[in-house]
Amino acid sequence: MTLVIVTEGMLFAYLLFGYFYLGSMTPGAFPTDGPPELKLVIPNTIVLLISSGTMYWAERGIRAGNQGRLRLGMLVTLVLGILFLIVQGIEYSHKRFAFQTNAYSGLFFTITGFHGFHVFVGLLMNVVVQVWAWRGWFTSERHLAVTNAAMYWHFVDGVWLVVFFSLYITPRFS
Amino acid sequence: MATTTVPGQLPERLTRIWETAPGLYGVLATVDHKTIGKRYLVTSMLFLLIGGADAAIMRLQLTHADAHIVSPETYNQLFSMHGITMIFWYAAPVLSGFSNYLWPLMLGARDMACPRANALSYWTFLMSGVFLYTSVLVGQVPDRGWFAYAPLTEAAFSPGLNMDFYAIGLTFLSVSTSVGAINFIVTLFKTRAPGLSVNRLPIFVWGTLTTSFAVILATPALTAACVLLYLDRRFGSHFYDPGRGGSALLWQHLFWSFAHPWVYIVVLPAMGMISDLIPTFCRRPLVGYTLVALATVSTGILGFGVWVHHMFATGLPATASSFFSAASMVITIPSAIAVFSWLATIWHGRPVFKTPMLFAAGFIVLFVVGGVSGVATAANAYDLQLTDTYFIVAHLHYVLIGINVFAVMAGFYFWLPKITGRMMSETLGKLNFWLMFLGFGVGFFPMHTLGLMGMPRRIYTYSSGFGWGWQNVWVTVGAYVFALGVVVFIVNFFWSLVFGEAAGANPWDAPTLEWAIPSPPPDYNFEHIPIVASRHPLWEDRLDEGTGRTVFDGPVLDRKRDTFGTTPLDAEPQEILRMPEDTVWPFVVSLSILVIAYGLLFGLMWLAIVGTVGLFIAIIGWLLPSHEPTASPVET
Repeated sequence: MTLVIVTEGMLFAYLLFGYFYLGSMTPGAFPTDGPPELKLVIPNTIVLLISSGTMYWAERGIRAGNQGRLRLGMLVTLVLGILFLIVQGIEYSHKRFAFQTNAYSGLFFTITGFHGFHVFVGLLMNVVVQVWAWRGWFTSERHLAVTNAAMYWHFVDGVWLVVFFSLYITPRFS
Repeated sequence: MATTTVPGQLPERLTRIWETAPGLYGVLATVDHKTIGKRYLVTSMLFLLIGGADAAIMRLQLTHADAHIVSPETYNQLFSMHGITMIFWYAAPVLSGFSNYLWPLMLGARDMACPRANALSYWTFLMSGVFLYTSVLVGQVPDRGWFAYAPLTEAAFSPGLNMDFYAIGLTFLSVSTSVGAINFIVTLFKTRAPGLSVNRLPIFVWGTLTTSFAVILATPALTAACVLLYLDRRFGSHFYDPGRGGSALLWQHLFWSFAHPWVYIVVLPAMGMISDLIPTFCRRPLVGYTLVALATVSTGILGFGVWVHHMFATGLPATASSFFSAASMVITIPSAIAVFSWLATIWHGRPVFKTPMLFAAGFIVLFVVGGVSGVATAANAYDLQLTDTYFIVAHLHYVLIGINVFAVMAGFYFWLPKITGRMMSETLGKLNFWLMFLGFGVGFFPMHTLGLMGMPRRIYTYSSGFGWGWQNVWVTVGAYVFALGVVVFIVNFFWSLVFGEAAGANPWDAPTLEWAIPSPPPDYNFEHIPIVASRHPLWEDRLDEGTGRTVFDGPVLDRKRDTFGTTPLDAEPQEILRMPEDTVWPFVVSLSILVIAYGLLFGLMWLAIVGTVGLFIAIIGWLLPSHEPTASPVET
């Protein structure tokens, strides 16, 4: 799982390389219409960070053999993850540019969309593992699936921080 | 590891545990690394023949000035498919085939660490190849070269499905290479025989390990490049379109930051094969084992810092070019370490020139020539003169045929007796070598001079006034002699299956673990898991290396599919791993990805959704936790 995460992380690294490369090659301001709004994305980032905390809490729970903490923690994580995707959808609908407008708009939607897709995959993992969790398949010794789902979820959150700083914060300092 | 049964019954019991079910189910469900390795070898060699046929037609077209044997459009398709097939679907997969077959045997294990992922990596390799070659059936074959520079590949300049096959096909293939690489890394750090510490690994294992790390770090660049290309072509984005803030050079940066590491991916395991084979035929250990292992790893790392040397002619700032030029020259240091270690091994040994050794010697010659032309083109000013000429074609063929194909041939002559249990003919083998070696020299050396005379690569035809004619005749003749050598190899292979004498466990008197078991190896590989005491387990008595002796009648692990889990560096036994049974899910996963690929290609959303649902179901079926323990502590 660690290696899957490394190679997926590299994929984001290369996409962000594309973003910074085009940024450095574009004369004048990049993006041309100024940096993206922070109004929705900051609360949304906090939502995602909290969901990492609840996932951690759930995994620690099953390590101690606590089924209740596992189920509750994963359920809250799932709800927060769905909330993140909904807010991101709202933000997309407020954008003044479309995917086809220019290279920047394409990269914005590709990178955030790719991340959104990873959130979605993380949620699918969460659902499957949760079904198993509610059936009581995990014990304090046997919970590799939970650990993997948790690792993946923390990875998705970590990548979001990098994406967030690259797409939303760095344009404010250039 | 006390057992209550009679030792004589052990082989049958282990066979019952490890054998694959007969019939179609077994074909689709097997997870045996030996079967998967053989499939990899056969499939990639078929791709070699297809790519070779492309080249044979191209050489006919280029033999004379002003020839029109094929149309210019067909010619574009031929050189594109030749490159794509050879570089992506032959050169790396054939090495994966050797690694898949040999790793568990060299490591003293019963299988790879993730046998199901191993099956997945083969099935996705096969199906991505099927996908790519559908383009021939549809008549819309990729035709913009194997490195597919934007903006020529954008929808405006390349309508039709041609380059969509390229973008989707390569993304598909990258699933296979990534999964395979992850499996190699886990296998190395988890399932070696007790005592096989990292300083005792064959160099070939070091090569594939380095390569695997390179794959998981570099392949995403290709995936990113291809996904962006597909979005540009099909969804109207502008990543490679300078008119809307994009950049055509973005493609080159992404592509080469993948493709230069890829060059080392297709040569490092091959160099490793040579490093393990030369000592056997020189009757002495490799000179400078530690240096060669370190050189392998450092080449893999340096390979990430040189991609811009493919782009010297794109008008980058001089500082950037100088940096990458210097970085490219630094790579000669680890390469030279390897070359001098081989030479020293031959010098201090008593070389026996059987066919594998001949190919290894030929390999060293071509490696040096290809290396020198590589250093030459690493020099910025020189490269500006020669870029996109036949000099580059000469260089890359010296490197890819010299360091990949010659090593693969050496590997086949060396290890096929282990795989088939039959010796190949030495007479045919020597004929095979000389045809390939002389054919290669006659065919590819003149490409250097053609390049210096200004013949551009990928040119469809040329006018007789340039004076390139007679050298092109040489090239064609040499290429056909080389191809004849390949035919002799195929004949020799089938000859050995019918007439070859039985190989026995260790026909070459080689030192490593794979030669300790019968040829062909039984389903369970090792009856007793060996406990390794040195780098050359089968030469210990002669070398007097260290004090211990490798134990070959140790633990048997015969309850179910069990193998040892060991610590990453010293290979201390940690636990007994329960390996998975045969399963069709890897096949279903690959088939689902194939369906998705066709859906994306033809723009059929419903088809892509069907594939995605299939993929989801297959993954859940695969991951369904079993109620049996997967590992248990070692009891001694």
